[in-house]
Amino acid sequence: MIASDPLLSHGIDLEVVLIVIAKTIVVFALLLVLVMFYIWFMRKVIADMQNRIGPNNAGPWGILQTLADGIKFFFKEQSIPDTADRWVFRLAPYLSVLPAFLAFSIIPIGGKVSIAGHQTYLQLADPPIGVLFLLMMSGVGLYGVMLAGWASGSKYPLLGAVRASAQLLSYEAAFGLSVVAVLLHSGTLSTRGIANAQAWTSWHSFVTDWYWSVAIVSFVIFVIAAVAETNHPPFDLVEAEQELVGGFHTEYTGIRFAIFFLAEFMNVITMSAIAVTLFLGGPSGPALGFLPQGGFVNLWIMPVFWFFLKLMVLLFGTVWLRASVPRLRYDQLMDLGWKWLIELSFLAVMVTAVVVVARDQGWDRWIAVPAAFGGALAILGLLRLCMPHRDETVSEVV
Amino acid sequence: MTDYYREYLAVAVLIGAGLAMVGGMLGLGKLIRPTRPQPQKYVTYEAGSDPVGGWGQSNVRYYVYALLFVMFDVEAVFIFPWAVRLETLGVQSLISMIVFIVILALGLVYAWRKGVLRWA
Repeated sequence: MIASDPLLSHGIDLEVVLIVIAKTIVVFALLLVLVMFYIWFMRKVIADMQNRIGPNNAGPWGILQTLADGIKFFFKEQSIPDTADRWVFRLAPYLSVLPAFLAFSIIPIGGKVSIAGHQTYLQLADPPIGVLFLLMMSGVGLYGVMLAGWASGSKYPLLGAVRASAQLLSYEAAFGLSVVAVLLHSGTLSTRGIANAQAWTSWHSFVTDWYWSVAIVSFVIFVIAAVAETNHPPFDLVEAEQELVGGFHTEYTGIRFAIFFLAEFMNVITMSAIAVTLFLGGPSGPALGFLPQGGFVNLWIMPVFWFFLKLMVLLFGTVWLRASVPRLRYDQLMDLGWKWLIELSFLAVMVTAVVVVARDQGWDRWIAVPAAFGGALAILGLLRLCMPHRDETVSEVV
Repeated sequence: MTDYYREYLAVAVLIGAGLAMVGGMLGLGKLIRPTRPQPQKYVTYEAGSDPVGGWGQSNVRYYVYALLFVMFDVEAVFIFPWAVRLETLGVQSLISMIVFIVILALGLVYAWRKGVLRWA
């Protein structure tokens, strides 16, 4: 099933191109404004949790604080260290911010609407390989961090870059595998198709149709791996201030530094939006029953409202994490990735596959599902028995 | 242009917008920021003292993680198409995939027993 934007299916004329450009600008501006408010929101909420006031001078409730900080960065002198690889040093900020933007382009923000007589989705692009595009962008995003650290020609940034690569490698496998559960249920890679498969039919859709419940193990793994992939606390070893000064961006100053921060927060927002799309139904949610079904409010406003409501809930969760969980130690981070998440995500894929096949073949669900879980637990137990114990010495290969 | 590539029109526009924004920010910064060069400003940071030696060294172990990662990522290439088409492929493919995953898991067990997954 290839879901594709009806806007582009009848050839491209000037009007279509203009609509595409307009949508791009709206999404672009939306993302920048979201970042601006997210940083303010984060500082305010953390301040509340730590019994402080937080930013309160720039604008009402300090809401313009991020803008003020951003403007300040423009006036700061730039320095490129003598030891740096100058070309790569300048390239790295672009490489880290572009993937964060691009991943957002395939997020379904709203339903199908009609602009100037053209039917289109409130979504920038809907490639048939949507989910692979997401994974690709999360992988490419690493290059910005890695090259920034390497090109600085300095010790702390290099350590930060190596940590970033090791961390991404450790969590990318679990991340990709946790998405597979969604694909098994939806049978499509297109993000619009996945959102449609979670459409709201009645109040029990929340549990029966949205994938967070039918793939709960994968959802938990996805959240952990996504937090780790965005280098968000408690997985922010890449820029651990107490150990690495600033990590990969130690040598960056002024506006280039600001671009790295923009990319980082944009990644958090994009990842949350991906989680909403894959597991929480995307823009689906109850419509307002007292207004006409095809009216402006139910067609345009409500899906966008539900999408942003879910996004806000997840973003609040990320702030809460940042405020309350201490940073992992390096070996704990690697243990969690390699020794738990990868195995659990393999088992989750197998159990989900059995459940999906059982549904399709009409097997008795009360036998198939417990049997699948039992089998998975048995395999996990066997694996654990094979592994070295805490005090056992193992031969060294490296 | 085929339908397949048409979907990427918006992505191309967004790439342009992103490049323009980052380029614009850097360009604007270049116009309005001060530049007062001093040799000390271009020394790399090392807790305030003069830096010693060149670049730091990183452990060769990271190379092994990279190999393990390639194993799991290439496997994802097989799992994704299978996951999308499972409904039509049915029981036989389910069993083959479980066998495939178990063999991969054995690889992880082997690496683990060989002491690759140790960080302390």
